[in-house]
Amino acid sequence: MSDHLHAARPVPWALHLSLLALAVAFPFVFPSNFMVNFGVMALFYAFIGQAWNISGGFAGQMSFGHVAFFGVGAYVSTVMQMRFGFSPWWGLPGAALAGALVAGFVAVVSFRAGLKGSYFALITLAFGEVLRIISNSVDITGGGLGMLIPMKSGVANFQFEERSGFYFLILLFAAASVALAEWLRRSRFGARLAAIRENEDAAKALGIDVLSEKIKVLVLSGAMCGMGGCFFAQYFLYIDPTIVFGVDKSVEMLLVSMIGGAGTVYGPLIGALLLASISDITRVMTQIQGLSLVIYGGLLVIIIAYLPNGLIDLFRRRGGQPGGKR
Amino acid sequence: MDLSILTAAAINGLLLGGIYTLVACGLTLIYGVLHIINFAHGSLLMVAMFGVYYLLTVFKIDPYVSLFIMVPAMFVLGYVLYKGLIGRFSSGKDENILLITLGLSILLENIALMFFKGDSRTITVAYSDTMIELGPTLVPLPKLISFAVAMLLCLALGWLIQRTDTGRAIRAVAKERMGARLVGLDVDKVYAISFGLGLATLGAAACLLMPIFYVSPTIGHVFVLVAFTVVVLGGMGSFLGAVLGGLIVGLTESFGGLFLGESLGQIGISLIFILILLLRPSGLFGAKA
Repeated sequence: MSDHLHAARPVPWALHLSLLALAVAFPFVFPSNFMVNFGVMALFYAFIGQAWNISGGFAGQMSFGHVAFFGVGAYVSTVMQMRFGFSPWWGLPGAALAGALVAGFVAVVSFRAGLKGSYFALITLAFGEVLRIISNSVDITGGGLGMLIPMKSGVANFQFEERSGFYFLILLFAAASVALAEWLRRSRFGARLAAIRENEDAAKALGIDVLSEKIKVLVLSGAMCGMGGCFFAQYFLYIDPTIVFGVDKSVEMLLVSMIGGAGTVYGPLIGALLLASISDITRVMTQIQGLSLVIYGGLLVIIIAYLPNGLIDLFRRRGGQPGGKR
Repeated sequence: MDLSILTAAAINGLLLGGIYTLVACGLTLIYGVLHIINFAHGSLLMVAMFGVYYLLTVFKIDPYVSLFIMVPAMFVLGYVLYKGLIGRFSSGKDENILLITLGLSILLENIALMFFKGDSRTITVAYSDTMIELGPTLVPLPKLISFAVAMLLCLALGWLIQRTDTGRAIRAVAKERMGARLVGLDVDKVYAISFGLGLATLGAAACLLMPIFYVSPTIGHVFVLVAFTVVVLGGMGSFLGAVLGGLIVGLTESFGGLFLGESLGQIGISLIFILILLLRPSGLFGAKA
């Protein structure tokens, strides 16, 4: 593990497996509703944060509108269930497909037009807005009233008797997303993405098909966001345009990833644990609305100023791991 | 459809566009001339609007008189913010500036939520209900005043950038940062001044908006995408473009609401934004990139 930043990059199995074991044990050690809910939220943010991280961190294509893919997943899966009678489980692949399609469309038009950096971030924001307005205006989505999913207990209905059922499902998602990030860290595809992130022109000169790699990574990220949207709808049993297409969700995905450490395997997990903790602690200790986001916004500024690689740097230093070149 | 309804929609759209123009003028200076993406533009407008609100409710100062307080106050705030936070910690990277201003907007919005809760507040002044007949429609006097003053201020800002030494310094730094430094300009100071000027226009916009609009902690959301659309549509750094872009966006919103209904009508602004970025990123009046 000591040289996981070095050229050979062996898989840090001990780290992965011990974290997984801890996560599996968590609901048995803390079986209360409150704690399991905390775990679900932390893993949910870790998952959608990782989805953002794959395109925003690993490939460096910062987006302000990932909520477009998330919301479309939430709506497609819920509409499939409520209007067409599909099992909510079918909603999961449906949501992934919808998220991937929307992401593919956004990627093709924006990247072909050569948008990057802040321009790309802003256009994704606008795409999210367009989808929010559409979902707010057409009948099939229930318009501004949103959609309420009726409670029907049973695993076949995506409704677990125990909250821990949701916990293990989202743990599976989150673990798979970490595995994907680990693969990106080591694969040729990941290396091409890193080249694009560091210097697009140089990557092009090396013969990398920049456009197609960027489209691929956004589609992958969009599919994950779509699944996250489906999970969100089934967990909270209610969606409306402001909740699932609001800028807040995009910002949360970005924050989780940036604060933890964008472009790293465990950054989003660290960010998500922090976000979920701050949000629960401030809710229990105080009645002050918005305090958790005040802390989070402040943290973002401090991180950009003093720890540009995110909180994960603290762990690296403490572990005695030299960063990169040394 | 009746012609008088169309005329009324056009007049309303233009009046709305005047305010958008003023909000966007500050952004075009910051974004267009200095290439700084100020994501906190909307939340800083919110801060200024609460300032105007309290100047009236606590100190009984008329919103239009507040212009003389809010404009310099916001300038100082902008100068200090740039010197102390944005310029200092961004290490010159575009994306870092975007993230720092995003963090700032989250901070400001949620601090406002803590203090003011989610409700929206309005003010009443003696002339709130005064109506002026304009063609087929009645227009509230404050809307007309706002429009006229907004246009004047945009012209003044354009003059300042074109004709004064400060303006020349800003344009020099925007064009050729290294060259400007070599001829002895304090680049960092020029950036801070530009940021301050951008916020000063927000102070003015807040004074003009308060008599005709409401303020709430999340009011910035209403203006952020609109302001970026105006700037991109008009062409980065072009004040004439900002004026025209603002009016077009105002008309789009007004006619969108008329033809597509209140909810779907909002889609026009986002679509313009997307199409302009994709098809003509230099905007209507911008230099070819």
